[in-house]
Formats: sequence, C-alpha cells, structure tokens
Amino acid sequence: MFDFSVITGWVDRMLRSFLPEEATVLVEFVMIGVAILLGYAVIALVLIYTERRVCAFFQCRVGPNRVGPWGLTQSFADMIKMLTKELITINNVDRFLFNLAPFIVIIASVISFSCLPFAKGLELIDFNVGAFFVMAVSSMGIVGILLAGWSSNNKYSLIGAMRSGAQMISYELSIGMSILTIIVFTDTAQLSLIVANQADGWFIFKGHVPAFIAFMIYLIAGTAETNRGPFDLPEADSELTAGYHTEYSGMHFGFFYLAEYLNMFIVAGMATTLFLGGWMPLYIPGWDGFNRAMDFIPSLFWFLGKTGVLIFIMMWFKWTFPRLRIDQLLTLEWKYLLPINLVNMFVMVMVVVFEWHW
Amino acid sequence: MSSLKEHILKIVPEAEVSEGEVPVVNVSPGAFRTLAIHLREDAGLQFDYLVCMTGMDFGENLGVYYRFRSTVLRQELTVRVETVNREQPELMTVADLWATAELNEREVFDFFGIRFINHPDMRRLFLRNDWVGHPLRKDYDPALNDVRLHSDETLDTAPVLEVTEEGVVEEKENVVFGDSEYVVNIGPQHPATHGVLRFRVSLEGEMVKKVDVNCGYIHRGIEKMCESMTYPQTLALTDRLDYLSAHQNRHALCRCIEQAMGLEVPERAQYIRTIMDELTRVASHLLFWSTFCMDLGALTAFFYGFRDREKILNLLEETCGGRLIMNYNVIGGVMADIHPRFVEGVKEFIRYLPGAMKEYHEIFTGNVIARQRMRGIGVLSRDKAVSFGVTGPSGRASGWACDVRKLKPYAVYDKVAFDEVLREDGDVFGRYMVRLDEITQSLRILEQLIDNIPAGPYSVKTKPVVKLPEGSYFTSVEASRGEFGVLIESRGEKNPYRLKFRSPGLPLVSVVDTLATGNKIADLIAIGGSLDYVVPDIDR
Repeated sequence: MFDFSVITGWVDRMLRSFLPEEATVLVEFVMIGVAILLGYAVIALVLIYTERRVCAFFQCRVGPNRVGPWGLTQSFADMIKMLTKELITINNVDRFLFNLAPFIVIIASVISFSCLPFAKGLELIDFNVGAFFVMAVSSMGIVGILLAGWSSNNKYSLIGAMRSGAQMISYELSIGMSILTIIVFTDTAQLSLIVANQADGWFIFKGHVPAFIAFMIYLIAGTAETNRGPFDLPEADSELTAGYHTEYSGMHFGFFYLAEYLNMFIVAGMATTLFLGGWMPLYIPGWDGFNRAMDFIPSLFWFLGKTGVLIFIMMWFKWTFPRLRIDQLLTLEWKYLLPINLVNMFVMVMVVVFEWHW
Repeated sequence: MSSLKEHILKIVPEAEVSEGEVPVVNVSPGAFRTLAIHLREDAGLQFDYLVCMTGMDFGENLGVYYRFRSTVLRQELTVRVETVNREQPELMTVADLWATAELNEREVFDFFGIRFINHPDMRRLFLRNDWVGHPLRKDYDPALNDVRLHSDETLDTAPVLEVTEEGVVEEKENVVFGDSEYVVNIGPQHPATHGVLRFRVSLEGEMVKKVDVNCGYIHRGIEKMCESMTYPQTLALTDRLDYLSAHQNRHALCRCIEQAMGLEVPERAQYIRTIMDELTRVASHLLFWSTFCMDLGALTAFFYGFRDREKILNLLEETCGGRLIMNYNVIGGVMADIHPRFVEGVKEFIRYLPGAMKEYHEIFTGNVIARQRMRGIGVLSRDKAVSFGVTGPSGRASGWACDVRKLKPYAVYDKVAFDEVLREDGDVFGRYMVRLDEITQSLRILEQLIDNIPAGPYSVKTKPVVKLPEGSYFTSVEASRGEFGVLIESRGEKNPYRLKFRSPGLPLVSVVDTLATGNKIADLIAIGGSLDYVVPDIDR
C-alpha cells in the first residue's frame, strides 16, 4: 500500500538539503497551511455540490446541472459570487465580535479538519492525545456561534445561538463518551495508532456490541453537532429564518456555510477513523486474494469513500426527517443517549478488563 | 320559527322580528346586549356560533348585522343593530360571549368607526394606526389619506372604552406588551406565516407568553372596491381572497347573486362547479400538507405535495385557462364548457393519488419525530372552536360538525355520498389528519360525479348588468379552510350597497393566541401551519 510519508519525507529532505533548519520548518508550515486550506475549500465545494444533487434526487428534482458538465462547477461559481458580495455592516451591532465570530467558527473547523488521518502517512497533527485535541478544538466553534448570535443584535439570532449552545454542549457529551468508549477499547488516544489498531478488523466489527452502539450514538450526536437536520434548530428556517447567521452576508456568511459542511465531513471522518478503520482497507481474514486486491485501492480513497458513505447517511437524515423541538432534542440527549452511553462505556470497560474480545 | 320569534319578543318586547327562513331581529343598541346574552345562553335559543358580523353604513346611522347559528338546534338568526348616531357610534361588545367577535369588532371599528364598549382592545385591525377616517363609511373621503412614506409605529397599548358601575363610559388604555417583555416579530416577512402576516410574540425563553396578531399588510379593500363595481365585476375579486379556494369563493358569490336574482343554474353547471370545488379542495389540502411538513422541517415532503398538486393545476389550466386564479364561475353557470380531456384527466388523477397518499403517510405521518411534534400540541376544544368560529377542517378536528356541504347541501352535494371527517383530539395531529382524510373523501365525491356530468347548457345567459332586488342576502359554502360566506346588501342598484365576505381565515388567526400560549416557538409554527390560514383571506 502506498505510503504518503514517501512524498512528505522526500520534500523534507529536499528542503533540508539547501535550507537551514528554521527555514525548512517555516517553508513546510506554509506548504501544509496552503494544502490544508486548499483541501478544505475543495472538499467544502464538493460537499455543497453533492448535497445539492443528493437532496435534489430525494426530492424528485434534478439539482444544479447547467454550469459545467453535470453542473459540476456550480459551487465554484457560487463561491466566486459569494466572495464578490458585499459584507454588509449592520447598525447597532457589536462590530468587533460580529466580525470575529465567523473566523472563530472557521478556524475551529479548519484545525479539527487537519487532525484527521486522511491516508497512510498523511497525518498532519498527530500526537498522543489526538482524539481529545479534536474534541477540544471542534467545540471551540460553538463560541463563534454564540458570539454571532449575541453580537448580531437580532432576536432570532440570539434565540438561535442559545439553542445552539444548549444543543452543542449537550451532544458534546455523547460524542466524548463514544470516543472514550473506543479509546478504552484501543488503549490509545493517538489517531494514527487508533487506525493502525484496526489493521486486523474495523472496530465496529471487532469491538462487539458496545462499539456498534457507540457508533450509532456517535452518528446521531455528530449530526446534532453539525446543526444539520433533523437537529437544525439553531437555524430552523421556518422558525428563526436563519438563526445565528441571519445578519451575516457575503463571505462572513460563507464561512458559516463552509464550516457547516466541513463539520459534517469532520464528524464523518472521525467516525470513519474511530469505527470504520480510517484509511484501512477492508480485510476479511482468510481471503488473501481479496485482501491483496483491496490493497490496490489507495488509502486516501478508502478514507474518502467511507467518509462519503457516512456523509450520504447524514444527508439522508436531513432530507427525510422533520425537525425536533428543543425540549425533545434535550430529552433525547439527557434521558436516552447519555445513560445508554454511560452503560455502554461500562460494558466496554468490562469487555476490555475481562478480555472478552479477540 | 314562530316560537323563536315569541322567545325573542319575550326578552326584548320592543324588537321588530321579521318572518322568513332566517328571521331578522331589529333591536335598539340599548337592548342589544341583553338580547345577546339571552341568545347565547337560553336553552331555547343556544346561538353559540356567530357566523358573520357585518358592519354597515345604513345611511342615517351606522350599524351591524350579526348572523348567528345554533350548532345544537340548527337554527339561524340575524340581528340588526343601529347606532344612535353617526358622530359617536358606540355599541356594547359581545366579544365575551362569542370569541370570534373580538377581531370582528376591531374590523368593524376599523372600517366604520363603531366603538365597542368593554371590548378589551380597540386598536385598528387592518389599517395603519395613523389612518384618518373609516373607509367603508359612505361619506369617507379618500383624499384624507395620502401615501405615507414612513413606517407605521407599533403600539404597545390599546385604547379601550369601559363602562363604570354608574353607567358612564370611560376611555382607558390596556397594555398589550409591557416594557420588560421580550417581544419577537414573527412576520410580516417570515417563512412560516405563509404570507404577509405579522405575529408579535412575547417570549419567556422558548416559551410563548402571548401572541398579538397584526393583520392588514396585504389588505386591498376588496369589500370597498366591490361597492363601486357591477355584480359580474365583483366576481373577479373573490379568486383573490383565499387563492387556494378560488373556485369555492367564487361559487359562494355566484350562488348569492343567483339566489337573489332567483336564477336557476343548469344541472351541468352544478356538476362542474362541484367537481371544480373538490379539485380545488384537494389541491389546497395538498398544499397544506406540503407547507405544513416544511414548517416542521421536513423539506422533502414539500416537493412531494407540490408534485401532485401540479397535476390538479394542469387539469384546471386546461379547462379554465388559469392555474391559481381560475375565473371560472360566472353568474348562471360557468365561463366555458369543460375541456374534452378533462374527464379522463380527473379519472387518471383519482387513480394516481391514493398511491401518493400512502407515500405521504410513510414519509411524514408515521414518522416518530413528526408524531411527537404534533400530538397533544395546541388542543382546541369544541366549545372554543365554536366560540371562535373556527370552521372547516380545523373545526372538524375539534369534533364540530360544521361542514356546510352537509348542513345545507348546495350544488350537487346532496346527490353524492361522502363522510364528514370528524376527529375528537383537536390538536395539531387532528387537524393534520382531517385534511388528509378529506382528500380521500373529495376523491370519493369526484369519483361519483365525474362519469355522470349531465349534458345540457353549462350556463344560462345573463345580462352584463345585473340588478338585485332590494334586501340583504347571505350564502355560504364550504371552502377549503372553512365556511366562506357572502353577504350582499342590495339597494336595487347595479352594484352592491355593501358586500361582505365572511372569511374562514380571520377566526383561524384569532385562535392562534389561545392555542400557542404556553407552548414553544416551534409549536407556534406547527399550530399556525396546522390551522392553514391564507393571508389574503384574512386581510381581504
């Protein structure tokens, strides 16, 4: 299987051969930063296009099909439009916080994005508490959303932001618990090791029932974390017009929009990493020919493919279910998911302690 | 009927009671309140439903026509009250007896300047607060009101007239929203109000404390416009009231004029009208389903409903030429004969829709989230429904058999078998299910009629200028959203002296406050969606 560290190692050696240590690091930082931002933007655009097509097919429509072949460049055109739009400054807003909020949201999203192990040897931020780090930075985004709602001086925005606060803080617990369940099982919080530990079987298969339950809870809580339907209360368009980003325009709105799609990718990517073996191909013990064939598919495709399937499921949720009400949302978390999760984690601890796993 | 007259004369001996199918009681403003209390409460009268309240400019004086119906004893009565003078027109309120009078009295005040004593809120209902004069008075001068270039200021207090214990009328102010309340505007531009309607909602966190309805954003003064039009001209405006019940509204006005003229409508026209009414109802309920699902966040459902509604619109377009505003009914029949492919098209639709309905139930009705959002939310009791005059599917969901098609069959509704869908729950789910079940019933009606359209003329020739004999005429039909009534006061001219539309929409919004208080914002949206009001119908 192709190892991306070959490329990165070669770049590193080449730079070191004619640059001093500090300059090498600096140049590499810039390169990585550019690569991440590019990847971020491209994935966001692809996701937006996908969502529009997928939702169109769910709704007996065609979706964007005019700009470029099959409408492929539609979201690029939209992005250019978005970039050229005016950033409307609204009277009586807290100017500083109002302008700061979208950046907090997008920065939190970009950092958690760069933690994902995309392919073999393609881990950008990878250290021993990686899983906790992702949780920590991804929950920073909520600060941005609260600020956006607060500083907009708009009642819809404020209600949306409060909803979002209640929702994200609640579901953060479930996400954390399901991640912990896997950490208990795999004995490491380093994302690359978590993936490596799944070489002989994905955790969803290896981890018995608790891993499966944790996966389901993670998927539900993850959808809630991304503020997507049926958990899109913070921006419930039929209630709050657009919730916390009602007053934003141009690229500031674009940041919220991009972050929403990328958060979906991050949630799906984390689920892939934790439960579906990350970039590991699907191996079936004993089927050597099959396993070798699977190796020919590059690891990046494995990762993107699994993530894509999960994203499709999340889109399916959104375009099928009606929206929950705020009390139902909190009931679901605090009365059902959280207790189930606690019990589930306990079971997982038992599984590990008594070595009931293979 | 004469016992009714005796009963009334016993209460108010000086009243004049006319004989007729619907007796008209002429009563002085002083005795009106006493009569009203008896009408509401006496065992032999039990007029619990105020069908229509029509402000009038009688020329010398102003006044009001109250049309009552007893849902228990199935009798009707009209009460005519004149004010003492034009300069200071005052009447006692009946808003405490019939809740629907609350908004209706505000409407009468807005248009005629009649102030209702003890009414809790005497703000204008439709017009701006700085409007000069009362436009439906015959001596109103439009020059008084220029086009305003500034926005209307929202009032947080309401003027009221209260009568003290000594019998003196005092002006006071009621507080609508206090200074410390968190008031959020839902509307006038809001995706969930389905039009330009504005709710001012006082919130406590997510909880709704009070809803104040502000109407009039698309008020076009259709009733006033009708007064200067000939009868055939007025027809065109009915389609623009509740545009989702265009056929039924126009049917009501045509019937009212035809009855006043004593015109017999050919049977073919009656059949076509009934079929068109039912197609409109199905289309309207499909639109309800779509938009209601969208209000609850199920966006895909929206497209399913619209996909199927489109099929009806295509059918209507073929025959009527219009898709939304059909302009099809005329005095004496319909505008043109049905399209040759119409019958086949309707049959095809009848075959198609049950399958689609199954899909609707699968995608939305059976969904656990949808059920939790709908069940037990915004419960409207039968008594309240009657008192507020909430007719149509919303009233029937509360167990009130208010279907005009059954109560007073018109067109060919007496020749077809169909069930009046009634439910007892009265919540959002009930209102939702009634509409879906009514689609099935409408298909049943269509099935029975579509093959049996009799041959013959589709219309009788009428003169372009129609004059109605002097008098006052009231007719109602079952529109998609409830009882749609037309009251014509004729002075023998070629245009109506007063034309009043009893819209089903106004009672529907008047009940929002009662239903939504104590629920969440999301419930307010669900309740509004389930009542399914159409704003041009409220504003007229």
